[in-house]
Amino acid sequence: MTRVGWLRLGIIGGAIGLLEILCRAGAIKKVTMVPPSDMVLALGQLLAKGELLDDIGRTLSSVAIAGAIAVAGGILLGIGLHALPRFRRAVEPMLASWYAVPFFIFYPLLVGIFGLSDAPIIVVAVLFAIVAMIVNTLNGLDRVTPVLRKVARVHRLNAPDTVRRILLPAIAPHLLTGFKLATAYSFIGVIASEFILSTSGLGFAIAHAYNNFETRKMYALMLLIIVLVTAINTALFMWEQRLLRRRFNR
Amino acid sequence: MNPAIARHLDFLLVGIGLLAIWQGLFLWIGETGISSPLQTIRHLGALAERQMFWTHAWATLDAFLRSLLIAAVGGIVIGLWLGIGKVAGQVAEPILVALYSLPKVTLYPVILLIFGLGLSAKVAFGAIHGIIPVILFTMSAVRTIRPVLIKTAKVMRLSPAKTAWRVLMPAALPEIVTGLRIGFSLTLLGVLIGEMFASQAGLGFMVINAIGLNDTETMMAVTVLMIVLAGIANVLLLALDHRLHRRAG
Repeated sequence: MTRVGWLRLGIIGGAIGLLEILCRAGAIKKVTMVPPSDMVLALGQLLAKGELLDDIGRTLSSVAIAGAIAVAGGILLGIGLHALPRFRRAVEPMLASWYAVPFFIFYPLLVGIFGLSDAPIIVVAVLFAIVAMIVNTLNGLDRVTPVLRKVARVHRLNAPDTVRRILLPAIAPHLLTGFKLATAYSFIGVIASEFILSTSGLGFAIAHAYNNFETRKMYALMLLIIVLVTAINTALFMWEQRLLRRRFNR
Repeated sequence: MNPAIARHLDFLLVGIGLLAIWQGLFLWIGETGISSPLQTIRHLGALAERQMFWTHAWATLDAFLRSLLIAAVGGIVIGLWLGIGKVAGQVAEPILVALYSLPKVTLYPVILLIFGLGLSAKVAFGAIHGIIPVILFTMSAVRTIRPVLIKTAKVMRLSPAKTAWRVLMPAALPEIVTGLRIGFSLTLLGVLIGEMFASQAGLGFMVINAIGLNDTETMMAVTVLMIVLAGIANVLLLALDHRLHRRAG
């Protein structure tokens, strides 16, 4: 690992160590925060008991469904918008202000439409994530060199084949950036909706633990989410770096 | 037709299309789940005559402005520092990116436990949402400043504070404004989420309360108000953003 990497690890490790000492010494009260080592222990116990598995499965499946819809839909809408420049110009200010809208507000409305199920949560997460995918697809398509389109025309590819064989591979790095953001936003959308308004899932479990003064359980759950999300994001980041290296370092 | 007029006309058409979809949803779902555009506007007018509404609106504005101030000033100062210090920036960037993509709602209980219920918790929550994009954009802008500008500051023996104020800030301004625009949206999001959970004041609380009482009209009216205000603010910041980028580029 590089010097910077070690330094980073040292800072994170130091911060955790400091928290541990402050908690153990009583400078941070037990009702405010439990020591990090105790969080790990509590998480281990929770996982061993197996009562969390339902919530974990529910949250992850919602995130997976929302992420898949957002990515596939975002790519399709991006390609569609790119093909309709006039419509795109009219919609673009909306795309730019999209993240100014707190989507969780729509949850009750969506319950009215879909009933009490996982669907409203998934829709909130899709609304949250899809625009990142659309914007990145558009960014990629804007940078496709004309020669690639000419190649497609020379080979007389029809529209679906042009998209599949020429455009999508050409904009792969942009798609991956969109994919990364869409995954992160799906997580945020699902967990935030669960936290505020739902009755199941990891987000709800945290809110429930907070309301019942189960501080230890609450921190264990937070740790679980932080580890889970960071692991997934890091994996995607490394994949992206590898793809970029392969593409530009030849 | 004049292209500028055509563009505004297209934008208007999209707006009308959205209103039509809204009305269609209303006809499809019925009054229990959603109120029509006309009802919503009328209800908003009725709300504006009540003192209670303004108390909540001011509570949100107060919390929002405080957290925006913290996010903007803190974000720019930290961003300038991390951008100048190469090692510090390299160390901090992945950590900040990881924090950015974390669902920060999960951390709200910690903030509540530290700050207690009330204004300070909301402000802190809004600020941690908004500060990260400001830091990231400022940092990357400072890194790409032409070295000759920084050398000039050195030659003139400007103090670090003066270098930051007279050289770095103006040179990085377009990117800083982009960061502030994103920070603005996220701060608002943070404050509203903060109000929706464990709060007794603010528009977010009003919405969550209306949800609990099944008061569809109030819920829709406040929601639409928030969306329109956030949208207008964002369009204005976007225009400023474009202008600065054009001037710089």
